[in-house]
Amino acid sequence: MFEFILPDLGEGIAEGEILKWYAEEGGAIVEDEPLMDVETDKAAVTIPSPRGGTIKALKGKVGDIVNVGDVVVVIDDGSGDGAGDEDAAADSTFAEPDKAESQPAPETSAPASQPGVRRPVPAAPATRRLARELKVDINLVSPTGPGGRVTPEDVHRFADSGQPKASAPAAAAAEHVPAKNVKDDSAFAEFAAHASATIPFLELEPLPDFSTDGPVEIEQLRSIRRKVARKMVTSMALVPHVAHMDEADVTELDAFRRKERERRGDGSGGKMTLLSFVMKAVTAGLRTTPAFNASLDPFKEEIIYKKYYNIGFAADTGRGLVVPVVNETDRKSIVQIADDIYEKAVAAREGTLPPENMRGGTFTITNIGPLGGTALMPTINYPEVAILAMGQVQDKAVVRDGEIVIRKMLPLTLAFDHRIADGADAARFVAELVRQLSDPNLLLLET
Amino acid sequence: MVMGSLREETQVVVIGSGPGGYIAALRLADLGKEVILVEKRERPGGTCLLEGCIPSKALINAVEVKEAALDAEAFGLKFTGMEVDTERLRKWTDEIVQGLSDGIRSLLKRRGVTTVQGHARFTGPTSLSIEGGEVSGIDFEQAIIATGSSLNRLPEGIVQSVWSSADALRLPRVPESLLVVGGGYIGLEMGLVYQGLGTAVSVVEFFPRLLYGADQDLVEIMVKQVEKKLEEIMVESKVLEIREVDGGGFEVDIEYGGEKISKHYDQVLVAIGRRPNTEDIGLEHTQVKTDDRGFIITDEFCRTGEGTVFAIGDAAQGPMLAHKASREGKVAAETIADGDAAMDNRAIPAVVFTDPEIAWSGLTEREAEEQGIEINVGRFPLSALGRARTLGRTDGMVKIINDPETKLILGVGIVGPMASELIAEGTLAIEMGATLEDLMVTIHPHPTLSEAIMEAAEVAAGEAVHINPPRKVR
Repeated sequence: MFEFILPDLGEGIAEGEILKWYAEEGGAIVEDEPLMDVETDKAAVTIPSPRGGTIKALKGKVGDIVNVGDVVVVIDDGSGDGAGDEDAAADSTFAEPDKAESQPAPETSAPASQPGVRRPVPAAPATRRLARELKVDINLVSPTGPGGRVTPEDVHRFADSGQPKASAPAAAAAEHVPAKNVKDDSAFAEFAAHASATIPFLELEPLPDFSTDGPVEIEQLRSIRRKVARKMVTSMALVPHVAHMDEADVTELDAFRRKERERRGDGSGGKMTLLSFVMKAVTAGLRTTPAFNASLDPFKEEIIYKKYYNIGFAADTGRGLVVPVVNETDRKSIVQIADDIYEKAVAAREGTLPPENMRGGTFTITNIGPLGGTALMPTINYPEVAILAMGQVQDKAVVRDGEIVIRKMLPLTLAFDHRIADGADAARFVAELVRQLSDPNLLLLET
Repeated sequence: MVMGSLREETQVVVIGSGPGGYIAALRLADLGKEVILVEKRERPGGTCLLEGCIPSKALINAVEVKEAALDAEAFGLKFTGMEVDTERLRKWTDEIVQGLSDGIRSLLKRRGVTTVQGHARFTGPTSLSIEGGEVSGIDFEQAIIATGSSLNRLPEGIVQSVWSSADALRLPRVPESLLVVGGGYIGLEMGLVYQGLGTAVSVVEFFPRLLYGADQDLVEIMVKQVEKKLEEIMVESKVLEIREVDGGGFEVDIEYGGEKISKHYDQVLVAIGRRPNTEDIGLEHTQVKTDDRGFIITDEFCRTGEGTVFAIGDAAQGPMLAHKASREGKVAAETIADGDAAMDNRAIPAVVFTDPEIAWSGLTEREAEEQGIEINVGRFPLSALGRARTLGRTDGMVKIINDPETKLILGVGIVGPMASELIAEGTLAIEMGATLEDLMVTIHPHPTLSEAIMEAAEVAAGEAVHINPPRKVR
């Protein structure tokens, strides 16, 4: 008894619809003769019977959907109880490599081999490839070369003759569906048609050949770069971004920070950056405004408020943009946060940061300040719901108590998910941030 | 903004950078695929380059040059004061290996193939975990398993300080005496290297002949030469026990000619085959199937039971040969890139770099007999060839095996100097579906060893001019 399992029909295809049975229950079936037609979303395939014998049971009607791995037919092939037939799956997965590889071929000018009996036919490697390209089973071609050798002309003549080009087992074997290459034209057309059908006015066209306008250099979009691309498109497509901007007066904080750094030198907290203070201040803000430490599940229509505070910071490394995460910032002092940031930033630059140090973030800070910038519009690190961008601290003329004075001003932008919070929430959050950063004493109370 | 972890993502991942894996990676890149190559070791190249074909051939060449210099006395050249500087030889071998490995690295780099170091294990049909490297895992669309093979070790309980072929290749020292366990090609090649360096070498083999898989007529000619150099060749013999002796060396109990004998050797080299590296790579998380010896079952497109996974080289079924792996690498790469390649080769040449060399391709006489295939054989001895005489090397023979009906060439066997080079023509003939006539009418340059192939085809066709025809009986 042999249980035939629906074989792998090619890359990524898990199921198919039964179009036709070539045999009926109780009827006889010959090995390698057509057994069934199955239609997948790629193609219709004729599957040959792996065994000869009597059909005991057909496990499906025409129109039924069958899954790869399902038993589709039970054949009484004279062998014993097939229930525990370990080889069944392996056998049906593909045609076994040809065992009769070195059998000599007959000399006649009749087809070099009978269908189903796979014997290698003498033919040059290029001729064999030609046959595969033309989807011709070379074993069916009548040879004209010396010693029964199949020539390229023989293959062409056969291909043009309109005869069935391949015996059934070969057809099944050739049904290899390659992975979709988005770079090729037909894949692009398919994608563009689909996208345009969903978004009004969207017009997708292949890019022009820029090299006709001037010299170009082409780089493949790979690993981190591509990951960033995906994250950004996803975030921008799913999240209605709103930005709230303000400036914090960090004159006192800066003086305090510089003094502390000098005092600590190479010791703990010696690398105390403005970022560590901002991270602490943000943590305080998140505790009072939980909406910015949440995630929104649009499919379940749920808001998940996180009761832990893990803050990521964007780091520019040679490998690309990565976001190391400082865990439990609510339980850490500013000094501990500063040390943590320093260690992780170094590790990220050296590419030694373990993956677990880049996951689990609940909020992200991007500090572009050291490189310049008075205002910026960051993209939320989805599925987080808010991100804070720090610009460059600059000496600015500001009015204090009716006097123009020079103060160190830090530009801040909070971008947030408007689905989960409103402008007023953001205004309050940022105002509190500004208040804390302008008075180091307030911040120290938070530790 | 990014990155849950340092997981990479690619279209195709190739596991192993030996002659199968790195070639597959290069071919895939050329066909427009995005490729990550995972390698456990620090350098690319696999067993073949790092501890196999390449270093062994460097050592064999050195020893053969020495032997040739000694043999040259026969035609009036006498060298005196020859010395072997093993330190320099070791360094020279290392330089070759490093140079080639750097070459592979640069080829990969220029093709934009990303290389990742670490031990890869499947976690599903489209994902791998990586241990021991910067990257923790890879998600892929298709994977090629090119993990190669490892040396078989002696069973537990037997002294482990004996050498493997990899140990021997590093030339740790030149022992006074050496017992080679295993009379296959690795054992013979390494045995002859040490013999050339001054070691008294003995070989013990379980089967009744050395190189058991090869045709006997080829092996006999080689053995006749090798016998002169080796201390002792013990066939139909078994190593019963190896004991390390105080004061150096090993005491070895051997069952030889039905009797148990005990001998002392300075060193023991174990060359008892290789096994596929398919155990610790997470195949249980895929539908990939292996046979009872652990080789991955593949079809002619190098596909496994898992739709997304391909397997090539030593890890897959078939002979464990670098050039077979390379060809499969190209087939797998082209199949992935939707090409029309298939592993439909008629002949995979096998070469043994003994002195003289042995090479064969396609059908052997032994296989023909086992499978009941009717054949015709033409043999041509090198002693009848001008070039062989000028080289002072008449210890050899070429034979052509053909179909008596169609005259198609089914197999070629060669023993003699340069057999490793000469076999290429025979392989091409089989692959092309050539007949005896094709070899006979092709003009072969004179005077060269390659003429022996043409001559053997003539013998097979019964039209040899350099061999006396059988006398006709009236």
